[in-house]
Amino acid sequence: MTTGTPHVERSSTSADQAGRDSPRPGTVAVEARDLTKLFGTNRAVDGIDLTVMEGEIFGVLGPNGAGKTTMLNMLATLLPIDGGEARIFGYDVCSQGHAVRQLIGVTGQFASVDENLTGRENLWMFGRLQGLSSKRAHSIADDLLAQFDLTEAAHRPISQFSGGMRRRLDLAASLITRPAVIFLDEPTTGLDPRNRSQMWDTIRDLVAEGSTILLTTQYLDEADALAGRIAVIDRGRKVAEGTPGQLKTQIGTSSLRVQMAEAADTAAAVALAADLTGETPVVTLAGSGFSVTLNDANQAADVLVALRNHRLDITNATVEQPSLDDVFFALTGHTSGTPTSETEVNRS
Amino acid sequence: MTAANPILTTTSRPAARAVTASVPAREALTQITTLAWRALIKMSRNPEQLVDVTAMPVLFTVMFGLMFGGAVSGSTAHYLPTLIPGIIAMTTITACVGAGIQLREDMDKGVFDRFRSLPIARIAPLAGPMMADLARYAIAAGVTLTVGVVMGYRPGGGVPGVLAGVVLAVITGWSLAWIFLWIGTKARSAGAVQGMSMMIMFPLAFLSNAFVPVDTLPGWLQAVTRVNPVSHVVSALRDLMNDGALTTQVGWALLGCATVAAIFIPLAVRSYSRRV
Repeated sequence: MTTGTPHVERSSTSADQAGRDSPRPGTVAVEARDLTKLFGTNRAVDGIDLTVMEGEIFGVLGPNGAGKTTMLNMLATLLPIDGGEARIFGYDVCSQGHAVRQLIGVTGQFASVDENLTGRENLWMFGRLQGLSSKRAHSIADDLLAQFDLTEAAHRPISQFSGGMRRRLDLAASLITRPAVIFLDEPTTGLDPRNRSQMWDTIRDLVAEGSTILLTTQYLDEADALAGRIAVIDRGRKVAEGTPGQLKTQIGTSSLRVQMAEAADTAAAVALAADLTGETPVVTLAGSGFSVTLNDANQAADVLVALRNHRLDITNATVEQPSLDDVFFALTGHTSGTPTSETEVNRS
Repeated sequence: MTAANPILTTTSRPAARAVTASVPAREALTQITTLAWRALIKMSRNPEQLVDVTAMPVLFTVMFGLMFGGAVSGSTAHYLPTLIPGIIAMTTITACVGAGIQLREDMDKGVFDRFRSLPIARIAPLAGPMMADLARYAIAAGVTLTVGVVMGYRPGGGVPGVLAGVVLAVITGWSLAWIFLWIGTKARSAGAVQGMSMMIMFPLAFLSNAFVPVDTLPGWLQAVTRVNPVSHVVSALRDLMNDGALTTQVGWALLGCATVAAIFIPLAVRSYSRRV
């Protein structure tokens, strides 16, 4: 595992997988060793190590199908583990599932509330199931409905809820007994920007209140905004781990994307960009443009001026923060959407 | 979401709770009744789910009474004491099939994922709906009896005999439902549960003494009907409702129900726990 306590910047070398454990302060909330899940011959999760400290937000970043949800489901006792082991606050996920379930709250990608019940009835039911008295379950339900801005919809059937409302109710249902560890599977996928930023605020508040959060996301900006540490997952394997700062340093601070007027000019443009930045530009799939990592945002101007001087016409140019694709390319040598051969030489 | 406020002042700080290794029996009971409440709410909001215990018994009682009455007993009125206990047994078994179908549909829903992630008794998501279904069996028996009385059935066992019969029908429904619940955990879809359950339900209901006197059947079939627990239930229902007599048939019926439950409760719970 990587070293480094949460929220403490370390030298960039700690982002690599040294495979050793150094002692660190605090309590380990979630620990996975060589976690493996097989679906037939497909290694959906292929030997992942994770250590999440109490009180941190740990982000698991990866594209669709990387194995994020499968990994989370194993940690949440929802899927049997095929190899390796996992512990939540020291309790073994396989053999002490009941203890683990008392410590965790799970909010999945798809709302796991009852369609036949109203919002208030749902929260009351989950409270009762977890040992609250009827009266207390009602009062907590009302508090949560108020906190999640659902009071007006409390007595409406779930079928009339919007996507954002369902997601909020779903999260509220996970918080009834204040679980020590909260698993959030892509908490903002499909939410509009307003709901998304509200969800981010809620997640930060939960951690401020003492919860530990393990969240999965497809969005680098989300992991960047929320997580103290990030593990990048690709095809069932962990390809990198570190603070957002460490990961960004690894892949450059920003990138320049250029769309050429003539696809035939791309090769010449790429050569210029490579000379000026010292980086290897990535040609777009269509072949009519490229993106290149910038170590300094001013290099964007250098590249564009050089293109103009060589009469290489462009139709569009943007300077962007690193995208998930950039992270993936930098870490795995292939883009997230493009399957490549099984040999992964560049795994850090 | 009032994001600016620190949320959740309602409960204690996380990880401060003691963790237990298993569910105490009293809590398990609360969980089961809570999930029974959920099933009853679901039933009341989807009244079409009650068709098999309301319209069906009416249809079967009227249809079978008029069609077979003359052939089997000389007249409909003479056939009713034989038929009504048979129909009660049959509609109860039909109502059992619904338990498996409902479970299969529920398991495909997200809310069952949450049940699995909660520290609740493994059996609660199965036992809760089973508790609520007791109401369905009672409705099925009650509707059949009412139609029978309207058609001229006068149970000789009086009110105590009839009530004992309804209780036995409810016990039968609850016990046999575990078979269909187990099928529900195994099948891939609600439709598959329906198909497979019919294959079990029809022989159980018809290869019995529910509708015809057993001595009119070929010898091998008589042997089949004698080992069918439903035959004993039907005989027990007739003894209780027509004669008010607590016979050995009642004992055999209860033993049959207990045997089915003893076999299929562990099968259903294990299969449910494994299914993800």
